[in-house]
Amino acid sequence: MPAAPAPARQPRPFQPQPWRDRRIEIILGNLLRTGALISAAVVLLGACIAGVIQSALNGRGRGRGQGLIQLGLLLLIATPIARVAFSVVGFAIERDRLYVAFTLIVLAILLYSLLGSGLGV
Amino acid sequence: MPLLTIFFHVDIRYAIGASLVSVIATSSGAAASYVKEGFSNIRIGMFLEIATTTGALLGAFLATRIPTSALAILFGAVLLYSAFLSRKPRTQAQRSLPPDPLATRLRLNGSFPDLEGSRSYNVQRVPTGFSLMFGAGALSGLLGIGSGAVKVLAMDQAMQIPFKVSTTTSNFMIGVTAAASAGVYLSRGYVDPGLSMPVMLGVLAGSLLGSRVLVKAETKSLRLVFSVVILVLGLQMLYQGIWGNV
Repeated sequence: MPAAPAPARQPRPFQPQPWRDRRIEIILGNLLRTGALISAAVVLLGACIAGVIQSALNGRGRGRGQGLIQLGLLLLIATPIARVAFSVVGFAIERDRLYVAFTLIVLAILLYSLLGSGLGV
Repeated sequence: MPLLTIFFHVDIRYAIGASLVSVIATSSGAAASYVKEGFSNIRIGMFLEIATTTGALLGAFLATRIPTSALAILFGAVLLYSAFLSRKPRTQAQRSLPPDPLATRLRLNGSFPDLEGSRSYNVQRVPTGFSLMFGAGALSGLLGIGSGAVKVLAMDQAMQIPFKVSTTTSNFMIGVTAAASAGVYLSRGYVDPGLSMPVMLGVLAGSLLGSRVLVKAETKSLRLVFSVVILVLGLQMLYQGIWGNV
């Protein structure tokens, strides 16, 4: 046997680590809910601005309110994408290369949908 | 989406856009409570999402090229079929199958909290489940649904994953699938702020409440509610698609 192979290169069978798994899942779950609540707040604020200013100033503030609503909707769509992005980190911490690869594929598809499809077709 | 077109007579493509928003809000809003109960299986979800997001992209691109009445008829048919499938009982023997080698290599098997502590499960028929998920994703992109029903069926019936694990994992998955579809609809201008805003806020409030109920509810009554709802929606959509109200 050679003396000391680098620890990272040692073939190690995958050991499920329920504790770590759970912790990452809980963090991600809270991330999702927080993201959804923040985007809801932005949308609600936008709706209030659109409604209130529209009636007060005869529609001059409507654009700004609509813009905020759209920002909130974009934030909402970004929430699951952020979740996938953080899962990459989670699987990397667990050294689960297979799932890092799977998650990166999903992330690439999501980014293509949001950015690529608007430009491409 | 079906409720929007049925009760408010909104143009179906804008309804799809708003519906996708509501699907994401449901999924994200409920995620935290599900995760705390330890039901969802993040590996199953992520692996199958490769299929659902690819399908969703395809479906969303197709949606702009298909007549709306065809969309409605397809939607009704999908709902009726899933209502039918979800009523099929499952025998006890299937629950103790040996692990599938592919599922083991993909590390999909897991366990979840039950009344008697922790119950482990072995995932079956991975390729079938994966293909069904591609179909579920395509339907989601085409129709703006989370296709949670189809996803639960793929996991529940084909892959033999326990019902509570499949529902919660599917809840996590539909948000990601819907985000893939929503990207396409957003860039085409089908996500209308005025329509999506009330839908999103209402649905978010509902999902925060609903996820508290599911944790306590019994599997049997869950299945019943689930199939009655999709049966009614399916009949409505078929009726509207055929008689041209969409």
